[in-house]
Amino acid sequence: MTDTTSQAARSIDFESDAARARIKARYRAERRFRFYGLAAIGITTLFLIVVLSDIVAKGLPAFTQYVLVMKVDVDASLVDPKDARNPADIRATGDFDALVRNALRAQFPEVNARSERRQLDSILSTGAADALRERVTSDPALIGQTVTVPVLLSSDADLYFKGIGTQVVRTAGRGTATPSGTSGEIEIASTSGDFAIALARVRQSDAAEPEALNEQMPSLLVAINGGMVKITEIGADRAKGNVYLPLTSAAPAAPGQWQVVTYATPEGNRRLNDRVVTWLESLKERGEIERRFNWRFFTSGDSREPELAGIRGALVGSALTLLVTLVLCLPIGVAGAIYLEEFAPKNRVTEIIEININNLAAVPSIVFGLLGLAVFLNFFGLPRSAPLVGGLVLALLVLPTIIIASRAALKAVPPSIKEAALGVGASHQQAIFHHVLPLAMPGIMTGTIIGMAHALGETAPLLMIGMVAFIVETPLSITDAATVLPVQIFLWSDLPEIGFQARTAAAIMVLLAFLFLMNGTAIILRRRFERRW
Amino acid sequence: MTSLYFLGLAALVVAGYMLGRSRAVAAGQTNVLHSRPGYHGAFVVISVLVPMLLIFAVALPIADRIVNMQAIEALDPALAGDDLKRGAALRDIVAVATGRYAGTPSRALQNAANVYASLRAWTDTIIVGAGWIFGLLGAAYGLRSLSAQFRARNRVETVVKYVLLAAACVAVLTTIGIVFSVLFETIRFFQKVSPVDFLTGLHWSPQTAIRADQVGSSGAFGIVPLVTGTLLITLIAMLIAGPIGLFAAIYMAEYATPRFRAFAKPVLEILAGIPTVVLGFFAALSLAPWVRAAGESVGLNVASESALAAGIVMGMMIIPFVSSLSDDVINAVPQSLRDGSYAMGATQSETIRKVVLPAALPGIVSAFMLAISRAVGETMIVVMAAGLAANLTFNPLDAVTTFTVQIKTILVGDQEFDSAKTLSAFALGFVLFFFTLMLNVIAMQIVKRYREQYD
Repeated sequence: MTDTTSQAARSIDFESDAARARIKARYRAERRFRFYGLAAIGITTLFLIVVLSDIVAKGLPAFTQYVLVMKVDVDASLVDPKDARNPADIRATGDFDALVRNALRAQFPEVNARSERRQLDSILSTGAADALRERVTSDPALIGQTVTVPVLLSSDADLYFKGIGTQVVRTAGRGTATPSGTSGEIEIASTSGDFAIALARVRQSDAAEPEALNEQMPSLLVAINGGMVKITEIGADRAKGNVYLPLTSAAPAAPGQWQVVTYATPEGNRRLNDRVVTWLESLKERGEIERRFNWRFFTSGDSREPELAGIRGALVGSALTLLVTLVLCLPIGVAGAIYLEEFAPKNRVTEIIEININNLAAVPSIVFGLLGLAVFLNFFGLPRSAPLVGGLVLALLVLPTIIIASRAALKAVPPSIKEAALGVGASHQQAIFHHVLPLAMPGIMTGTIIGMAHALGETAPLLMIGMVAFIVETPLSITDAATVLPVQIFLWSDLPEIGFQARTAAAIMVLLAFLFLMNGTAIILRRRFERRW
Repeated sequence: MTSLYFLGLAALVVAGYMLGRSRAVAAGQTNVLHSRPGYHGAFVVISVLVPMLLIFAVALPIADRIVNMQAIEALDPALAGDDLKRGAALRDIVAVATGRYAGTPSRALQNAANVYASLRAWTDTIIVGAGWIFGLLGAAYGLRSLSAQFRARNRVETVVKYVLLAAACVAVLTTIGIVFSVLFETIRFFQKVSPVDFLTGLHWSPQTAIRADQVGSSGAFGIVPLVTGTLLITLIAMLIAGPIGLFAAIYMAEYATPRFRAFAKPVLEILAGIPTVVLGFFAALSLAPWVRAAGESVGLNVASESALAAGIVMGMMIIPFVSSLSDDVINAVPQSLRDGSYAMGATQSETIRKVVLPAALPGIVSAFMLAISRAVGETMIVVMAAGLAANLTFNPLDAVTTFTVQIKTILVGDQEFDSAKTLSAFALGFVLFFFTLMLNVIAMQIVKRYREQYD
């Protein structure tokens, strides 16, 4: 550049209003741009929070379970008809379900009709008698006595107590209510029009006549004098209904001593009808319902019943599968990485291997499943659904990750270490195995743990090799049929029962806990042992 | 049998190492020896391991085949040709022979089981005997070779080097395995269905009838609806992950303070670490109903398995992928370029838009291509949140299906291995593998070609 350009052309315009406006606009653009970046991170964070909180909110209820703690007479004629007191016999032939059923029926002597009895039985889980069976088989001296045991409720009853299903509104009566009887069909008269609000909610005709209630309307019950009345016809100050739970007396109930209970969901749309709900409420009032930590979720295998289903089988399956994966891919991955990083000659073959590893890392995981199906199952004839095959497939899947991480760790060790070893007369391999590899180990371990975490969450390839079977037993060896935690989550998420939705979310929480634990360990390892040279 | 074999192997290995070591120590003082005593021991160990492992790997499958064939022959010679029945019969025979059969076996079955058991005992004895003998011979050879001048270290290191090479080649073998396993089945599939129909057909309904005379017995294998479905979901995912991932990367690389990075990086890492089955659960049980409700509130008819819900969650899944790859690329742009731009009076955002991004463009394009390949190959989110029906539509509110969903649907559960339906899954897998491979290769080429431009 020379100084020959004219003075006018070189003058820079930064004083005028237009120039100021331009600068302002540019600064606005700057702020907008910054904001977009921040918003992108904000959206991502928000999404993460929404996903995690949605899963925690769905899954938390599954970690507790409502049980009915009641006294059960251990009747010798049902449990041990032969009177042999042999624990194995008692376990195999004792009819503990009948014991529990009888104990429950004894609490509601008014339930006589067969269909009602069946409904009453339905609040118990099919595994209701398990705790009792354990108690009695471990201590046969209890036979003939009365024991207090926790009895598992069915999933529907459990969900009812957790408040999942229907909204319950209780309004205390303002006037004095007088029932016309203690059982059968009765009429309740209130002195201050307590039923008017409820009536307004269900009112369909304008007439002042009492309104008849049907299955498609919200259910109304009246809790009075220790009993429950299901309302069938309602007027402003009087209601007619059937007694579901006998009243202790027909005496007038003072204001505040009785309640109108409204279930927003119509009876016809609920899993539990009003009668069952009445029994559940009554049991709760008697203090027999307890909320307990759901150990069963961790100690039992899969089941068709939500309240009995657990993740133990899946956890053991995951552990076995990961064990196979680790045993295979750690040595192979590290050995491959050492070869490529330290011994491989720079030639075409090495280049092909390297390109291959990079490509393999990006192959969709389901394709590895196809490999497992075609090669391991159909060609080699290995057993279906086995952790052995799952581990093999996952080992191939995470091998590129481990090789890449191990190479990075080996590369991070300064060459001076190796050169010093070579200088004092070590062979190339001695230098690598005695000096470089130990220094690279923390990095390799970090990469391995991250690879294992990846393998733990992997689902798709395992579906291909048949790890989706319904398996109740806990697998004992790597050739047993098994399932793994992510697959269990997938299977449960497909089931229609509401009870399983919470179980699925709870299983996800367990899976995420393991993943955070593994990744956390990897981070700590990296912080503690990684050396900067 | 296996445990007996490896017990012998372990005993020989330990004894061989000890003997080799002490023989070396006895042969001369350490300053006379060529190799350290441990290498002499290791040499003996290798001379034991090589023959024993070889015999095991070769003899066991052969013995298995002979025993199984003889057992089937004893049960019913007609079974030999029928793959499915043979497998079932074999399981029965093994169950009877090991005493785990439920019920009483038939006479023929018991007979076959007896043949199986006696033959198996024979082959087991032979394999174990041969293995031990050759192991001993190997140990003897190894021990005889040892002397003070013996170059044990070089021998051992050569073997170790080949072991390392073999480990590196496992990845190559895996690729070969993948290619062959999908390729062979795909070729078999194309013998039943013409490739032209497969690639251009507009209908996908792989149900093949049980009887030949049933209506619609042929099934339809046209992948166009699957391609559009996959592309639709991938497009939605990229519309979300592209801008968000890129902007997140720009912010992290150019603007973020170290403290902000310390917060934002773990967020992205956690999101990247969430298994796709978890995201699929969220997409299917939470987001899809929300999308449906939102659509209905503005009067739109949304399918319960809409492409939109699956696409959104898939987009969220690949945000960390896009942002971490782009972050690296942006960081690799030399600072001198930025400084030059600032010196010209450009603001930070102008520098990023006009200098940094163009310089990083090849890397960003390759990051996007890798992200697309990941979205196309993703399985669990679409399996759980997208539909099964192969609709030929571009409406994001409709249900569509993808390659991975169809592969999973066809192959989960029992299949006969010869039907066009089962084979079609491998053909889909082949297309999927080929497509993602192409994307990766192109992405790598782009990076390779433009990498050194600014150094």
